[in-house]
Amino acid sequence: MEVFQRRWVGTFIVILGVTFPIALGYLWLVLTSTNREVHGLWPIGGWELQNWRFLWEPIGRRPMIWQVLLNTLIFAGGVSLLVVTVSAMAAYAISRMNFKGRGMFLGLVLVLHAFPAVSLLIATFYVLVMLRLFDSLLGVVLVMTAFMMPLGIWLLKGFFDNLSWDMEMAALVDGASRFRIFFQIALPLAKPGLFALGIFSFLIAWGEFILPYTFIASSRVWIFSIYLESLMGDLSATDFGLLTAVGLFYTLPAVIVFLLGQKYLLQMYYGGSKG
Amino acid sequence: MRAAALELKGVPVALRGLAKRFGTVDALTPVDLDIEAGELVAFLGPSGCGKTTTLLLIAGIYRPTAGQIYFDETQVDHLHPRDRDVGMVFQSYALYPHFTLFDNIAFPLTIQRTARNVARERVTRVAEMLGIGEILERRPSQVSGGQQQRAALARALVKQPRILLLDEPLSNLDAQIRLQARGEIRRLQRQMGITSILVTHDQAEALAMADRVAVFCQGRLEQFATPHDLYHAPANTFVAGFVGHPPMNLVEGRIENGRFRGAAGLELEVDVEGDGPATLGLRPEDIRLDAGGVHAGEVAIAEALGRETLLTVELGSGLQLPGLQLKVLVAETEAVPPGTAVSLDLAGAARHLFDGEGRRIP
Repeated sequence: MEVFQRRWVGTFIVILGVTFPIALGYLWLVLTSTNREVHGLWPIGGWELQNWRFLWEPIGRRPMIWQVLLNTLIFAGGVSLLVVTVSAMAAYAISRMNFKGRGMFLGLVLVLHAFPAVSLLIATFYVLVMLRLFDSLLGVVLVMTAFMMPLGIWLLKGFFDNLSWDMEMAALVDGASRFRIFFQIALPLAKPGLFALGIFSFLIAWGEFILPYTFIASSRVWIFSIYLESLMGDLSATDFGLLTAVGLFYTLPAVIVFLLGQKYLLQMYYGGSKG
Repeated sequence: MRAAALELKGVPVALRGLAKRFGTVDALTPVDLDIEAGELVAFLGPSGCGKTTTLLLIAGIYRPTAGQIYFDETQVDHLHPRDRDVGMVFQSYALYPHFTLFDNIAFPLTIQRTARNVARERVTRVAEMLGIGEILERRPSQVSGGQQQRAALARALVKQPRILLLDEPLSNLDAQIRLQARGEIRRLQRQMGITSILVTHDQAEALAMADRVAVFCQGRLEQFATPHDLYHAPANTFVAGFVGHPPMNLVEGRIENGRFRGAAGLELEVDVEGDGPATLGLRPEDIRLDAGGVHAGEVAIAEALGRETLLTVELGSGLQLPGLQLKVLVAETEAVPPGTAVSLDLAGAARHLFDGEGRRIP
């Protein structure tokens, strides 16, 4: 018992050591955003909410933060929903159905995964312009979803591969169609995988910068990362207090989603499903 | 009688030249088989012999490479499983883990859009018949293996199928429950008069439960006969060696002038015309130990099986002759320790003779 506890203390110290610099960074973020001045980690001049003024008034000619929050939620939520829906169908088909070119398709998906999204930026730009989706949330959502598909398909394929064939055959004999099997048997059993992928892609989209930055021009459809970048735009006038406050505000939803979905994310790394 | 209320109607099943090939592997070479209405037929064979393939072909999971399947004279091999009206129990039971037992059993009815109250009643009735009426709200992981097996059986029966397919339904059960379940399935099947096919690798199960047994080996149907005929008149050396426990002694040799000559000077009169290579089969339980017997040998191994003892007797241990081992099943009271010199009486043993290709010589 004694030994057991001592080992846990050791583990705790190691974890603390590793996370200490990161925790310090967040502490600084909190302190800077709520105080007039901070020297090192030492607040000076008392605390104030001046840096949080973006919550009730627009900063310069930028849109209101609530509009940006809404846009970001739509963006990340849309990506998450689309990635899960499309990957689930694709992954089920690849895992359970035999069709021509199945192996090649799987290989191609993997190759696609190897491409950095940035290398396709210009080509994607032309496609979006042609589709008249440039400078729209829908456009970025689609592009973002496309880039996340390989991961989604491979991840969910793993979950579907783990479903027993007997169960599928039983459902066929019971009279179910493949669609019904997909919706009533396969999907519910892959639920942990669906949640994991949904949360994961939500978080990735929430933090995404380069795609929205490239494909969004008007401030009407700005999302958080663009808003944040605009604050750093001209270095001379950068208001670091404001920047930290916005940064903190930007992090909060991601932290909440992460905390809510932690157990599913862990499952993703272990893979597979247990009924 | 509750079972009768389920209104089952067994139909005859016919396979005509049914074959299945996976890539370059012949999983099943053309098979012809006629199963009568209400009959329980066992598909018996070692693993990979084609018995499960045949079952899945009948269920409609696999498409045949060649041949036809008829249910009650209607060709069904092109039909989707849902249009074949079969119920099936899988070895793993294949219950849906996220449904309660009730929803599992009701699943086929849900698909058929059976009215809710009718479905509820039928599920309850089948479940009660199988003794799982009290646990319908539990999930598969919350009930025992035996109860899962009953739930799987209930799910197969609830839609009142024309044919019941059982794929090793008992092999995941404890030995004790298995014997009980064996009798129960057989009783239910008889009561309902539903045509049933049982796939098993356990010959005791096949012989005990089935009206007729189809023995498969390497994708071929070796013999289709009653348990009695399978035991007393195996069609070839495979069936002879596979059916019966302990397995039949198979002695290779030649037939010359109405006498069979095997290794170790084993010689027996046989009622066969024509000469040529042959195999003689003798069941261990047919051979007697006899002090005055013609065939002298020595006990090499003695295995106590409880009521009986299985002796392995080495014949012709003389230097010139190749040795020959025969298994002999004797009552425990007659058992002798290894090393004892014995002689065997083969006169009363049924002589199963097979030709050079291993086919039974009638």
